Parts: sequence; structure tokens; C-alpha cells
Amino acid sequence: MSDNNQTSTDVRDQVRSWLEVNWDPQRSLQQWREILVDSGWGMPQWPHRWYGKNLSAADAAIVNEEFAKIGAVGVASGGPGRLAAVTILEHGNDAQKDKYLRRILTGEDPWCQLFSEPGSGSDLAGATTRADRKADQSGERWIVNGQKVWNTSAHHARYGLLVARTDWDLPKHQGLSYFIIDMTQPGVTVQQLRQMNGYASFNEVFMTDAVIEPSDLLGSEGDGWKVAMTTLAHERRMGDALRNTSSDVDRSGPIYAEVDAENAVAMEPYRWYPQRAGRVDLLVQQAQANGTINDPVVRQEIARVLVMARSAEWTSLRARAAQVRGKPQGPEGSLGKLAASNIARAASAAHSLISGAEAMLAGEDGPLDGLIGEILLSVPAISIAGGTDEIQKNIIAERVLGLDKEPRFDSGPFRDVRRN
Amino acid sequence: MNVTTVSFSDEQEQFREILQKFLSTQAPTTEVRRIMASDSGHASELWRRLCDELALPGLHLPEACGGSGFGAVEMGIAMEELGRALTPCAFFASSVMAAIALREAASDDQQQSLLPDIISGQRIATLAICDPKGRWSADTMTVTHTSDAALLNGTASYVIDGMIADDIIVAARDSVTTELGFYHVTTESSGIERHALKSLDDTRRMARLHFSDNPAAVLTTRDGEAVRDRIFDQVCVALACEMVGGAQAVLDSAVEYAKLRVQFGRTIGSFQAIKHKCAEMLLEVESARSAAYVAARAVAAEDPQLRAYASLALAAASEAFVNTATQCIQIHGGIGFTWENDTHLWFKRAKVSEQLLGDSTFHKERMLQAWGI
Repeated sequence: MSDNNQTSTDVRDQVRSWLEVNWDPQRSLQQWREILVDSGWGMPQWPHRWYGKNLSAADAAIVNEEFAKIGAVGVASGGPGRLAAVTILEHGNDAQKDKYLRRILTGEDPWCQLFSEPGSGSDLAGATTRADRKADQSGERWIVNGQKVWNTSAHHARYGLLVARTDWDLPKHQGLSYFIIDMTQPGVTVQQLRQMNGYASFNEVFMTDAVIEPSDLLGSEGDGWKVAMTTLAHERRMGDALRNTSSDVDRSGPIYAEVDAENAVAMEPYRWYPQRAGRVDLLVQQAQANGTINDPVVRQEIARVLVMARSAEWTSLRARAAQVRGKPQGPEGSLGKLAASNIARAASAAHSLISGAEAMLAGEDGPLDGLIGEILLSVPAISIAGGTDEIQKNIIAERVLGLDKEPRFDSGPFRDVRRN
Repeated sequence: MNVTTVSFSDEQEQFREILQKFLSTQAPTTEVRRIMASDSGHASELWRRLCDELALPGLHLPEACGGSGFGAVEMGIAMEELGRALTPCAFFASSVMAAIALREAASDDQQQSLLPDIISGQRIATLAICDPKGRWSADTMTVTHTSDAALLNGTASYVIDGMIADDIIVAARDSVTTELGFYHVTTESSGIERHALKSLDDTRRMARLHFSDNPAAVLTTRDGEAVRDRIFDQVCVALACEMVGGAQAVLDSAVEYAKLRVQFGRTIGSFQAIKHKCAEMLLEVESARSAAYVAARAVAAEDPQLRAYASLALAAASEAFVNTATQCIQIHGGIGFTWENDTHLWFKRAKVSEQLLGDSTFHKERMLQAWGI
């Protein structure tokens, strides 16, 4: 809820005068973020009690604008930390909020997400990592055993957001619980996971008798799926946050060097993501460079990709325009991911066609110093990560078009459900 | 106007709703089938009502000539809804092809004299421009300018509604200079020889017209190629919108059937094989819809990208329509291949539309060239 007596002009004036007094690029990043977090201007939409200002989304946008205008640095916003913050804010108790939120926002504690498992990818609720309640001389604690995978940033995380099974006799969604786990303990091992394109952007996390204090259960026992939904909903919205680096302001001052270093670490795993999307922008340029632009077959393939890419771009603009006008979301809103997969595949095929024999070569020997090869070897990821094409199509067919669901075979006690 | 960010005004949405409601109640497929089986293929009564009750023909034409003065976006909405309902009517030939040709080629006085009857529905007009290969070349039509007349000779093919048209805008090449020009003849006076062509799609009739020394009024003899291209862009956008409407109709039909039809003890829509087809169809239709909407706005805004967008939209819409119509038959299974089932009506429209203004291969190439690639 926003404070109704506060107009947008008031908010703009307030944030401006606060920034005038407090923003100083000569401060260290840590110093600045502590001031910012404690002031509430760092998370304006959050409640007063927890580092916020209780502002509406529209007013929060004004705050962000004012920050961007002068290049003022925000709270630590990237990746799993932000997911942890929103999840804890929504489901945590006061003690947990006290312990974790501030250090997430200041960037002192890096976090990671421990959801996917080798045996449960699309079927996330089929997790088999187990958390068992064990009592010893120091009291009752949770003992965790199992393996997680596709964990960005786990190798330097202080804490992890963990979904684990606490009851095997309940149906699968009901037997999960959500924990905060200390990643620095001996029971947790993190190992880099190398991908088919040579990069290692993710990790595998092995937990062997890892320990979690009872106070680090987030929500109630058995609420794991519900809590995880909060995290996942925010994960889908995070794409925008990643792109939100500004602008034309003067960026002199030591604080920017620290922010750049922070961003470099945060963005490192995503270096190859443009290639994953197929690099539609390079098609014409490559075909012009090697003369294949005069080949009618090549022209048709390029044109096909451009038609798809433009249409998809316009569809997302149309969805956004409808949202702005307060219209109910139409089917156009749910199609972007599937479109992106189709475009990436078509672009990759067109790059092969354009490059011809050179498409066999990688690294310095390959076209564009290996960039084309990297496209060919990265595109297969886009139709898997963040929900496979098949899952996307099920969602579209069932939720948008209203087709019946497939019969399920996993509704009984999880103990009896067939699994990997 | 930012042409690439599409949203419709409340007024535009209301217009769509009214037309949609009118067509679904007054021209359901039983009526479409009745018209389709008639000799002329023309629903004079339905057309009369579209003119009188909805003032459809003049929707996008100037108020000075009796039109409603709306633009290409509204024209696009009309085409989309007519395509969805598969309404056999003269809107495309008369209000789109001929009226746009007049707007681009005729003088103000000529427009003042010809458009009002087209707008009132008093007369039906069409455009004769295709050579036997369907290209807008007018290569098989010549005009000879004598001291007191312009005489048309030759053959124009694929003339939409050519058998029922009262006014014909004819593209012809000067017999001496080969310059492309635009001319007007009426079918009452000139003794044109008309042959009905048997169309794959009985809801879209066409004719071949033979001219032999038919006197015609000159609309323009200047910059004929540029005029032709401007008309073509706009007609492409209209057809793209119509195809999007048609594609939506077959998608809806396929989805509806997948929810009803039971095999192996479950609705076929619960099988991923069908679900995934439907999801792909939706993506294709929504993509084509975005392209068609953007292209219609580009017409309205006289956007410099219009040519590329028009061809992009036509390529996207024609592939989407043919694919969804094909899949709609597949999802219906055996019944989808019967005459009784309505799917073939849209399938036939799709197969004709896919060639009518050049196929998607042609338009993809045209798009690249418009971008200077």
C-alpha cells in the first residue's frame, strides 16, 4: 500500500533532496549501501519496517528515475540475492528478516538457488534431496543429503535457497520444505559444471550430511512448493533488472569501479547468452561479408528469420502496450519464450548456411574468431533453460487455450511415485 | 504514431465488436455456403446490409466522397473480421483494391465522381492488373492513345469479382512507350468480354477480362510503376489482415474440437501431440497478427518502412493461414476432410490467398529489397 497523502511530486522532491545530501561517489560501495539501505530509498516499495518506504510501483519508478538521472548506485540487485530477499520478505519470520535482508541488500552476502536436480528438471517438484530432522546433544537440526544442479554463483555463495523433501509419504508437492542453507559448511561441496559450448556458468552442489538449524526453515514444514513459487515468479521478472544498467551520467568516483567489478562478476556466467539467442543481428552482415547475400536460398533463410524476429518483437510490444492500458493479458504475453527458441534455432541454421564450410571451425580459425561456432553450440540451451519448449507449449495449451491436462501418474505418496 | 507499438482505441475495439457480431449472426457458415453455391457468388442482400447498416465500403474513404474518413487501421480490422467470418462480399475488390487504386491514381474530380457510388454500394468496382502469371505487371494489357480516346486491348487475369463489377480500374501499358498507366471503364458501356474463372475458393470469385479497342477514361499516365507499388503495398496489408482473421478462425475451430473430441478415453486436446500443435499455431497466428497490425499502422502513418512491413506481414500471414488451416484439418481427423465440415472453406481461402498477391517467398525477397539488403 502506498501512502495516499503523498503525491508523486512529493516523492520526487523527497528523493532528490535526500540524494543531494547523501549521494557521494567518493564513498566506498559498502559505506554507501549501508546508508542507502537504512534510509529506505533502496527498496522504496518495501515496507518501512524492512528497509523500504511503502511506496506504490509508480512512485518507486520515480525514485528509480531520480537515481538513474544522477547515476546514484542502488542496492545489490543482481541474481539470486534478490530472489532470496523477496522470498524472505514474503515468507520469512522477523528473526530471519533481521538476520538476512540487510546483508543481501548491501551486497555483503552472496546467495545462490538450489532447486533443480539431476533427476528433476522440468518436474521441479520431484526433488529427491532429503532433509531429515535429527536430534543430537546440541538439539534438533535438519540433516541434508542430495545433489542440486544448474546453480549459478554457488561457488562464491554464502547462503543457498534450498528446496528439499521432508516427507516422503505425502504427494510430491506437499512433502517439500524450503530452507536457507549455509554454503560454507563442510557438508556442502560445489563443483563447476562445464557445458557443451565450453563455458562453465553453473555449478553442481553436493550435500552430504549438511546441517541446517531449525531457525532456517523458511515458511512452515511442507510449504516448500508454495515458497518456491514466490522465488520462481520473481526469477521470471528478473530479466529486466539485469538489463537495467545506465546511462550517460558522469561515472567518475571510486564507487563506480567497485560497482563495475561487482557487475562483472554477476554477469560473467551470461557472457555467451547473446549467442544462445542466435545473433539475428549478425546474419545480414555475415552474408554480405562473404557474398552469400546474393544466393537466393540464403536470402530466403535470412528473410525468414527476420520475419520471425520482427513479429516476435512487435508481439511483445503489443503485450506491453495492452498492459499499460490496463487490458487483461492476452495470449501474446505468454509466447515470447517459445518465439525466442524458434528464432534462435532458425538463426543458427541460417548462420551455418551462410558460413558454409567455415562453420566447421572454432576459435580463431572460425568465422568472427569463433563467434559463429559459439552460436551453433549455444543455441541448444535456449529451448531448455528456464522451462523447456515442451513445458512452455503445455502451459500455453492448457492455460491460454484451455485444453485438458495430461493424465498424471505422480499423485499418490511420493514414496511410490516412479522416478529417476 | 509509433507504428510498431500496437494498441487499439476503444472506438476501434467497438467497431470490431459490432462487425464481428453482425457477421457471426447474419453471415454464419450456413449463409456462406449458400452464397458460395450461387451462380454469382455474390450476396447482394448481405452486401446491401453491410453498406446500409454498417457503412462498410466507405469506412476508410474520405468523408468528402461520402466515406467515414477512418484509416487503414480500421480497414485492417474490417478485413480481419471478414476473413474470420469468411464473408463473401465485394469489400476487398471494391473498397480496397479499386478504391485505393482510385485514391492513388485518379484526380480529385475523378475520385469525386467515382467513389461515392462505390461507398454507397450503388456500384461495385474492381482492379484489373494481373498478367496470366498473377504478377501486377499489366504486361498483357496495352493502351493506344488516339486523338479523342484511350483504347484498351489485351487480357487481364485474376480480376477479383470481375463478373459482378460495374467499374473496372485497368492498368495498361502504352502501346508506344510501354509506360504503365491507370484507366477506368464501366462494364455497361464498353463491351468487355468477361470469362468467369473457376476459383479453388468459391467464396472469392475471379474473372479473366478481354479488351478489344474498349474506350477508357485516363486516370493517370504518370509514374505508373510508383502508383502501382503504392496500391500494391496497401492491398497486401489488407490481405494480410484478412488472412490473420482466417487463421484465427481455424485455430479457434481446431482448439474447440480438441476440447470436445474423445479418443482412448480422453479428449484429444489432452495429448501433447495435439497441445503442442495448438501452441505452435497460436504463436504463428499471434506473430502474423502483430505484423499485420504494424503494417496497417504503417499505411495509416505513411511510414517510410511501409513497403518492407507490408511484405513482411503478407509473408507471415500467408504462412500462418496455410499452416493453421492444414493443421486444423489434421486435428479434426477424418471429419476434417469432409465437405460437411467447415474447415475446407478456410483452407481453400488460404490456398488462394497464398498466391493472390505473390507467395511468401516473393514477399520475403521484396522485404529484403525494401530494406536495401
